[in-house]
Amino acid sequence: MRQTIVRDVSDLPTYGYGPRSGPWWGAMGFMALEGMGFAVAIGAYLYLYAVNPSWPIGASPPDLWPGTVETVIYVLSIIPNEFTNRAAHRQDLAKVRIGLIVMALIGIALLVLRGFEFAHLNTRWDNSAYGSIVWLILGLHTTHLATDLGDTVVLAVLMFTRHAKPRRFSDVTDNVFYWNFVVLAWLPLYVLLDWVPRL
Amino acid sequence: MSIAAEPNDLRDDVLNGLQLSTQLERVWRTPSGWMGALMAVDHKVVGRRYIVTAFVFLLLGGILAVLMRVQLAGPEKTFLSADKYNQVFTMHGSTMMFLFAVPVMEAFAVYLVPLMVGTRNIAFPRLNAFSYWMFLFGGCFLWISFLFNVGPDVGWFSYVPLSSLQFTPTKRADVWAQMITFTEVAALAVAVEIVVTVFKLRAPGMTLDRIPLFVWAMLVTAFLVMFAMPSIMVASTSLILDRLVNTRFYDSSSGGHPLLWQHLFWFFGHPEVYIIFIPGTGMVSAILATFARRPVIGYPVVILSLIATGFLSFGLWVHHMFVTGLPQLGAALFTASSMLIAVPSGLQIFCWLATLWDGRPVYRTPLLFVIGFIVIFVLGGLSGVMVASVPIDTQVHDTYFVVAHFHYVLIGGAVFPLIGAVYYWFPKIAGRMLSERLGRWNFWLAFIGFNVAFFPMHILGLIGMPRRVYTYTADMDWAHLNLLSSGGALIFALSFALLLVNVIYSLRKGELAGDNPWDASTLEWATSSPPPPQNFDRIPVVKHRDPLWADSESLPVVAGLSAERREVLLTSLAEAEPQIREASPEPSIWPLLAAIATTIFFIGSIFTPWAVLWGTPPMAVTLIGWFWPTGSKEDEE
Amino acid sequence: MRVWVRRVLVLCMTWPLAACAGRQSALDPQGPQSGQILHTLFIFLAVAAMVWTAVVIVLGIGMLRRKRSADRPLDLHQAFEERSGRVILALGIATTVIVLGLSLVSYAGQRTVFVKDEKAHTLKIIGHQWWWEVRYEADSPHQSFVTANEIRIPTGQPVKVELESADVIHSFWVPSLTGKMDLIPGQKNELQFTAKNAGVYRGQCAEFCGIQHAHMAFAVIAMSPDEFGRWRDHENQSANSPADQLGKQGEALFRGRGCALCHNISGTLAGGQLGPDLTHIGSRTTIAAGTLPNTPATLGAWIADPQHIKPGNLMPKMPLQSDELIAIIHYLEQLK
Ligand code: HEA
Ligand code: HEA
Ligand code: HEC
Ligand code: CUA
Ligand SMILES: [Cu+2]
Repeated sequence: MRQTIVRDVSDLPTYGYGPRSGPWWGAMGFMALEGMGFAVAIGAYLYLYAVNPSWPIGASPPDLWPGTVETVIYVLSIIPNEFTNRAAHRQDLAKVRIGLIVMALIGIALLVLRGFEFAHLNTRWDNSAYGSIVWLILGLHTTHLATDLGDTVVLAVLMFTRHAKPRRFSDVTDNVFYWNFVVLAWLPLYVLLDWVPRL
Repeated sequence: MSIAAEPNDLRDDVLNGLQLSTQLERVWRTPSGWMGALMAVDHKVVGRRYIVTAFVFLLLGGILAVLMRVQLAGPEKTFLSADKYNQVFTMHGSTMMFLFAVPVMEAFAVYLVPLMVGTRNIAFPRLNAFSYWMFLFGGCFLWISFLFNVGPDVGWFSYVPLSSLQFTPTKRADVWAQMITFTEVAALAVAVEIVVTVFKLRAPGMTLDRIPLFVWAMLVTAFLVMFAMPSIMVASTSLILDRLVNTRFYDSSSGGHPLLWQHLFWFFGHPEVYIIFIPGTGMVSAILATFARRPVIGYPVVILSLIATGFLSFGLWVHHMFVTGLPQLGAALFTASSMLIAVPSGLQIFCWLATLWDGRPVYRTPLLFVIGFIVIFVLGGLSGVMVASVPIDTQVHDTYFVVAHFHYVLIGGAVFPLIGAVYYWFPKIAGRMLSERLGRWNFWLAFIGFNVAFFPMHILGLIGMPRRVYTYTADMDWAHLNLLSSGGALIFALSFALLLVNVIYSLRKGELAGDNPWDASTLEWATSSPPPPQNFDRIPVVKHRDPLWADSESLPVVAGLSAERREVLLTSLAEAEPQIREASPEPSIWPLLAAIATTIFFIGSIFTPWAVLWGTPPMAVTLIGWFWPTGSKEDEE
Repeated sequence: MRVWVRRVLVLCMTWPLAACAGRQSALDPQGPQSGQILHTLFIFLAVAAMVWTAVVIVLGIGMLRRKRSADRPLDLHQAFEERSGRVILALGIATTVIVLGLSLVSYAGQRTVFVKDEKAHTLKIIGHQWWWEVRYEADSPHQSFVTANEIRIPTGQPVKVELESADVIHSFWVPSLTGKMDLIPGQKNELQFTAKNAGVYRGQCAEFCGIQHAHMAFAVIAMSPDEFGRWRDHENQSANSPADQLGKQGEALFRGRGCALCHNISGTLAGGQLGPDLTHIGSRTTIAAGTLPNTPATLGAWIADPQHIKPGNLMPKMPLQSDELIAIIHYLEQLK
């Protein structure tokens, strides 16, 4: 078939931020389906809660402090996260490096706290259906925490090597975006795990 | 915020004709040799593999079906033992649903959607390759287990507590559950790719109301996958945990509940059937427009129906659980919601009928299969409306009536369109036409064989035959109809054998197809058959919903993309305005390595929880390897 | 083309006529519930048949009618496009109305089928892999007894069955009397039905429950209320003591060879709970959940090798000499 050139796109940039870029939508897609995973797990929790006359089953509710401390850190982490985001948009390498390191440290701190949280759930996964679902949900969120931490560390390393090229900044913003999801997913889980058993 | 690329790289506007083609081909081709084959990220290469593999699973699942029909052809046959039969029907259902029907639809999407939206590769091509490997390994894992007599035997929905450690102490249920994880990972990956491809990679000018109906169907399907499959992931994971580390999700003596499983399964399982059916409708719309020689009537109605079906399908799962002792009023609401889905399905049927009414149909094989689809699917849909009624369902649930219903909708609603699609797109994929003569035989054998095989099952169900029984006695009066049904199944199987013969024959001897043998209207026909590695020498610009009909002489295109590295054009979500020339990944071995690492992790973790510890580092390594910048030009920009 | 349409019509219309009522059939209602369901089913069937026929006719005409002459796919008649849009919309509304109507029909049927009657006879059924435990429970424990795989009920009176499971999910289904209901561990379901006439109604487990799901049948035997009363009084009594030497030997062997570990025979020392209660096994019509008729020969074959008859079932093959087997059969035969 004959071709008629009707348009020239050679001036277009070769990467972009946010909804303009492909990876952003990819991250969005994965967040949607992971969010659905959380929703389903919450649904399962509420189902078990509804069919059992006593809740929590044969255990006392989780100790509040680890979850609460985490929640505070999660919420506060939005600030350095946004700092990183802006730095990345401005392609300010030095600030992005700082941001990524801070975020990695926060991730590590949260992971350690998560260890305490598991220890203070006051139930084991094999005690009862209550224990099982609590461990499942916390485990699910921990996987997200850990993978995002991994991603942050890898990006940080890239930013300290010769790979710190402009398009990496777009990757950084996607990572920032994903972290917000990890934080957002945590908030309902905190209420569910730490407060619903106290109702 | 935008940095224009170096001005001195080679662009497609300075090259022309053959020069441009060869240059782009060099950039986009899959490396040769077996190493190259393992590294392939071209959506056409991966899509073709996906299609062929899914059809192999159809063959395997179909052979199992024939074995079942032999066993059931007469009373008290001993062709299969009880134990074998239970494995066989479970393998049949699981293979058909998880390894054939869903993957084959995604496979077509992987192959066709990038072509239809006019781009050069799917979004996230490496993820696509990874997805294929996961699918392949998951399928092989299931079938190898079966050959070693650890095939699952608890039905394709694997109800607890039958599938719990207590009642299935062997690894059979783990094999089922982990096969689910494999195939869901694969399906979810493809779903995200399709969404992003449709959202961002459409040719300039392909606004939302110019997207081909097939692509719309695949988009809706991708969303269904994304929102349905997490549920089965949670379910299968918790089942494995119950079996491996003694969690109590489904143990009614420790606060768990067997019905939790059913809710989780069917919350996925019902959308699943539309995940299979909706792509079928997309194929129907595509074929119908071409062979009725006019666009499908009611384009917006069809799209709204697809979306409505998608939404509604999440509100019906309980109709699979009508006899579990639910509150009566609640059950009745699910009756109503189930039947309401007849409205969008009906609207689509009406649009197609009107299209055919007004068109000047050309009765080639693909259209025959579409007509067969209408006749069969409507019958199956109506039997669906019958089983959606609580009182009726209390009689027919778990009987052959339901088996008849779902083969009518699955085979009528998805397999018939699919075979039509094979006849329709084979010329594009293989460059040669399938034989029309064999095609007609294929259709009539399939149509007659199918009805003879499955219609009697309605009656069998009503006269009391439960499903999943490996045998029955002569005094039950089921023998004649079963024999008839088995006979029909053989004819039906024969029709598939013909298809196979046709494919093998035509691959070598078939008539050459040319770019657009059917004079169809969508973009995949604007390139050569089979398409070159770069799909299009220049990205088309879309000015009409049926671009090739609107102007069959010349194709408006854009220029300015790189001709020396892989670049695709990103456009805006609604208006498809060009935004970015984004790099598209090179072939890579890492997706395969990552899939191998994941496979080891998954299989290990049905034997020991420690697999989570020793299985993670290899996965992490392969993933980092995958994303690590290679130092090639586009990565470093 | 005409041949084509005829073929389709002929093929699809003749099969339903082949329908017939078998031993266990939803098309052969013997009580108000199953009658109501069949009634609902016929209404749906009629609507479905009409819709399907209409679709196929429109399809047929659409294919056969003479076509407009335009030869470029995009030469469309605006008038036709608009008219067909309106027709499609109207049909969509018609579909909505029909399915809402059918929902109401369905709900009305459901209300009748699941009506609850306080005065119903109540009995409890517990599903086991792959047999049915049937418990007649009365206020005084002496009036309560247990049997298996055979449910006797009085005609003309509502009967409520309480459904539970000892292991996996099963489903209780007697098509001639009513639709099915699952037996789910950890949950209590119930189902109510009435048998109009005396007779034997076959039922079968409908939920896949493992290797011998196919052989998990049972019989509902409806008898006149008087007869039922007599049967019940008889059933309340302990097992007959063996009348002869061989029978006594059989009773001893029943304990000595381990049968008593799993089977209960009230009035004797045999008190196992893993298998069916055998107190009145001699008066039951079938054995092994409807797998075989109950005759001395089949009983012998069963006890000699239950795994041959029902592979995978939970009764092991017991090593018995043939004279021991004869004694046991003789003993069980007497437990009328
Ligand atoms: C492609 C797959 C597919 C499709 C499209 C459907 C479509 C439908 N299904 Fe089906 N279904 C299955 C696959 C599918 N099903 C499978 C696999 C199972 C069994 C799983 C298992 O147990 O193993 C199942 C089981 C199943 C059950 C559970 C039965 C049981 O286990 O007891 C029910 C109950 O409501 C049901 C209902 C419906 C309904 C109402 C539709 C509707 O969507 C149909 C709508 C379509 C039409 C109605 C025809 C076109 C409409 C018109 C021409 C308009 C005019 C119509 C009217 C006026 C009514 N299905
Ligand atoms: C898309 C899905 C799909 C497809 C295509 C089919 C196809 C077929 N099914 Fe399927 N079936 C299911 C999905 C599907 N089924 C599901 C989900 C279940 C429920 C399982 C469960 O209860 O857990 C089920 C259950 C099921 C049963 C009930 C089993 C039971 O409850 O005990 C039966 C019984 O007849 C049956 C028969 C058939 C037959 C004869 C075909 C035929 O159409 C197959 C024809 C195809 C071929 C034969 C392959 C190609 C053949 C050749 C290339 C020719 C060469 C080969 C030979 C001649 C042997 N199926
Ligand atoms: C380990 C437990 C076990 C032992 C030991 C055992 N049985 Fe059984 N028996 C069962 C079970 C379980 C069934 C039900 C099988 C089925 O129908 O699936 C059964 C069924 C039967 C039936 C048929 C009952 C009916 O109503 O259908 C008879 C008769 C019987 N057993 C007799 C015996 C005799 C005699 C012995 C000793 C020689 C024996 N059993 C030993 C478990 C046992
Ligand atoms: Cu019990 Cu099937
Ligand atoms: Cu459904």
